[in-house]
Amino acid sequence: MRQELICITCPMGCRLVAERTGEGELVVSGNRCPRGAAYAREELFAPKRTVTATCRVSRPCAGDRSCAAAETASQALDAPRRVPVRTSAAFPKDRVPELLARLYELEVELPVERGAVVLADALGTGIDVLATRSLK
Amino acid sequence: MKEMRFDSAVIGGGAAGMAAALELAARGLSCAVIEREGHLGGILMQCVHNGFGLIEFNEELSGPEFAERFEEKVRKTAITPFVGTTVIEIENEGAEKVLSCVSAGLGVVRIRAKAVVLAMGCRERNRGNIRIPGSRPAGVYTAGLAQRLVNIEGYVPGKDVVIIGSGDIGLIMARRMSWVGCKVHAVVEILPYPSGLTRNIVQCLNDFGIPLYLSHLTTNIYGKDRVEGVEITPIENGALMTEKAFKIPCDTVLLSVGLVPENELSKTAGVEINPMTNGPIVDSSLMTSVPGIFACGNVLHVHDLVDFVVEEARRAGAFAAEWLSGKRPAKEVRVKAGPNVRYVNQSRVDPSRDNKLYLRTLIVKNDALLEVKLNNKVVRQAKKSHVQPSEMISLTLGPAELEAALQVPDSVLEISIQ
Amino acid sequence: MKPGSDSYDVAIIGAGVSGANIARRLSAYELDVALIEKEVDVSFGTSKANSGIVHGGFHHNKKYLKARLELQGAMMFDRLKAELDFPFERCGIVVAAMHEDEMRPIEQLYMQGVENGVIGIEMCSRERMLELEPKLSADCVGGLYAPGGGIVEPYRFVFSLVENATKNGVRLLTSFKVDTASREGERWVIRSTDGRSIRARYVVNAAGLYADEVSRIFGGEEFAIKARKGEYYLLDRMTKCKPERVVFPVPTSVSKGMLVIPTVEGTVLIGPTATVVPDKTDLATTRAELETILKSARNMIPSVSETDVITSFAGLRPCLEEDFYIEPSRKAPAFIQVAGIQSPGLTASPAIGEYVKDLLKKEGLKLVEKADWDPFVRKVPRAKDLSPFELDELVRKDPSYGEIVCRCERVTEAEIVEAIRRGHTTLDGIKYFTRAQMGRCQGGFCTYKILKIIMRETGMSWDEITKRGSGSSVLRGEL
Repeated sequence: MRQELICITCPMGCRLVAERTGEGELVVSGNRCPRGAAYAREELFAPKRTVTATCRVSRPCAGDRSCAAAETASQALDAPRRVPVRTSAAFPKDRVPELLARLYELEVELPVERGAVVLADALGTGIDVLATRSLK
Repeated sequence: MKEMRFDSAVIGGGAAGMAAALELAARGLSCAVIEREGHLGGILMQCVHNGFGLIEFNEELSGPEFAERFEEKVRKTAITPFVGTTVIEIENEGAEKVLSCVSAGLGVVRIRAKAVVLAMGCRERNRGNIRIPGSRPAGVYTAGLAQRLVNIEGYVPGKDVVIIGSGDIGLIMARRMSWVGCKVHAVVEILPYPSGLTRNIVQCLNDFGIPLYLSHLTTNIYGKDRVEGVEITPIENGALMTEKAFKIPCDTVLLSVGLVPENELSKTAGVEINPMTNGPIVDSSLMTSVPGIFACGNVLHVHDLVDFVVEEARRAGAFAAEWLSGKRPAKEVRVKAGPNVRYVNQSRVDPSRDNKLYLRTLIVKNDALLEVKLNNKVVRQAKKSHVQPSEMISLTLGPAELEAALQVPDSVLEISIQ
Repeated sequence: MKPGSDSYDVAIIGAGVSGANIARRLSAYELDVALIEKEVDVSFGTSKANSGIVHGGFHHNKKYLKARLELQGAMMFDRLKAELDFPFERCGIVVAAMHEDEMRPIEQLYMQGVENGVIGIEMCSRERMLELEPKLSADCVGGLYAPGGGIVEPYRFVFSLVENATKNGVRLLTSFKVDTASREGERWVIRSTDGRSIRARYVVNAAGLYADEVSRIFGGEEFAIKARKGEYYLLDRMTKCKPERVVFPVPTSVSKGMLVIPTVEGTVLIGPTATVVPDKTDLATTRAELETILKSARNMIPSVSETDVITSFAGLRPCLEEDFYIEPSRKAPAFIQVAGIQSPGLTASPAIGEYVKDLLKKEGLKLVEKADWDPFVRKVPRAKDLSPFELDELVRKDPSYGEIVCRCERVTEAEIVEAIRRGHTTLDGIKYFTRAQMGRCQGGFCTYKILKIIMRETGMSWDEITKRGSGSSVLRGEL
């Protein structure tokens, strides 16, 4: 078995070749770092993806004009209506749609700090979903 | 009308602006950061996908995480951020620059600074810029606008999508639109190769079975009130194959057809622009043609990665601080984009120190050779396993390569790719 | 006017530049007037997409009604600008001859201009042309100069006319597409496709491209309006090719040719082409035509560059015959035809208002001047036009003048809100009123903010927002 893959671990995009030897061992070439080999193994047997999404928030966000410019009534124009989130680790690819559906139902209480767990042990995978932005 | 005075002012509070300001503040200089949006972070705030910070933090972060890490550093310094504040004009008044700014809270403020760093970023090219014919229905958006609508506002601009251009924002949006329940019918690219990163082709298109049409031109947009479809025509050997044109029904067209540094404000200060990059022409210290005005990040030239943006911006901040302390390069060498090089980010190098350069090639090639000549003598050769226009190349040249220039007046450094 | 009444002295069909001028003129009299528009906002037809020119009075012979109305209309713009606060400037017009053979038609235009009484018109040598317009190609051999010609923002002109008309009592009915018309005694009963109906003693057919259909509905004359498409390119205000004056080529038999126009707002418009299209809703631009525009414009001004293009668009001229058709119907009673108003319709439009008012009088409409007629609109301060001191003062009174929503055209939140309060609640309506989304990013940065302001100000939900009325919804879902 010989399979060509492109590593997506980082922006380098290494072109990998994965071959199974006679002993059943998987040999990966074309990778510029060890993460490439790990990626190839995972991609072939249990593909995973980091999932990013956004969730509803419990109330409108307060704007962030705590700087030199004073607060105004119109500041809400650029106040976000969603909180961005991501999985704490790569998530099983085949269960991504299920995860997204769950995240779109979720409502995150404000305020929220960056890094806060908005969904623990998502779908029983042991992977958490974290807020990636602090909102007041 | 209020007047305020700072040692330095940075226009733009995105990644570049914050990184430059931190360097200025670290050297004890007072610094204003002027940001038109309501928060620092710039366009990173809508880039909720991951892939940022691998070089900077050795971690893979989302855009808001990357931005907030910088924002936290900014908040810990004496930097004065002005958010929701737009600079409308830059004037030169003696040794000072005067920035006319307007905000809801402060009205019109004149900020005076001895050094200014331009960090306003870029804008997306739009339908008009690439002159796609057809009707003008609702449903034609730049990928960045769609990204803002989906990721921050939570609105889905359309259900059946065709993406024109294979730039990274377009690819990222192909995945995002798929993840929010839309059907992405195609990504159409005029060039024979994709403009975005290969990893994005894999994880944003291949994962979702989205076809990528290379060497295809979008020749029409249909629809009276709302988009009804696009016409795609293959290009073969440089010729448009009109008889092979086909139509893809859709209700939304997203455009990811390139970015342009936004320098209309820079021009008000008399900053000279390089027509190849649409960014200012800068010397070895990233200073523009107007003494005391520096430029970095996507307003200087469009970068591939935010990690490169902050690297360049740090240098711009440090150079601005040096300039304020009275330091000037003793001698500079002119940089020339040689064969197959589209541009080099700066027009001069300083032979007495290390110069980090960013450049882009005009060609797609495997096993290419990057060659640097000083006064027609090769001073550096580097093998590149693959080069293409969409991948920025970086290069550091130091006194070892450049010191010969000190003896020769009007030295020229030429960078080429073969 | 009695509130809630649906009975009028005059109903004007079509809120383009003709209908708007007629409505505004009639608003000076003790009359109940309805202005009916099938689109969601006014000026959404031919009046939104044209060259925006106040012509020089030399293109047409005085034997034509259109020439006489053009001459009269052009003179009225200075006063209208003072009253109605719309962008207008007499920048002058040059016609450039690019070949010796073209000097003969130039001479004919000159003679015609002189005969028409055009003030200040002159024949120009090559040197004079290059002095008047240094951006012209060195190949120019001479030309014509009409200093009185000018540039105007056509949709702002219509918006102001309608706003002033409604201020003086005219009732505006938008999204009112005429479906049927019948006589009920001495009145017309006009029904819309959505079931509304109004009554009117007199009807003015100013329906532009659809004047033929409207005439048919009222049992008027049978004629066919043809749509002649004109495509345009809009160039960034930073372009190097911006001329000082409107630059015309020597006209052909069908059109005045493709022009280079320094718009009153600082951008440059090039075009239009002239192609008859079978479909009156066909506003598509085409690759071939756009190439023709660039070529033609470059022929006169070589620095025209496609890299400066920010958008392209097309408009449709409502063509009937050689001349305007403005007269009372001989078949339908109390029905005034205002049809075939193609170029120089915008220039002539104030005079059309005057002319139709006189026609109605002749047809028996009693005109009694209103004692309290107010010719002015309330001016909207525009951040772009203010000095820093003026802007500072304004922000103190209204902080939303400090919130720049559209960075390219420097439009503030206050101006967007003003547009919405004056009834422009679509993205295009706001664009035409404020210029937000009209600059180099074409709405890439500001559209989301405008959507939020519309929702906040009108209470509309996301799925009700459109680009220009029904069917053109902007958003298709909410997460």
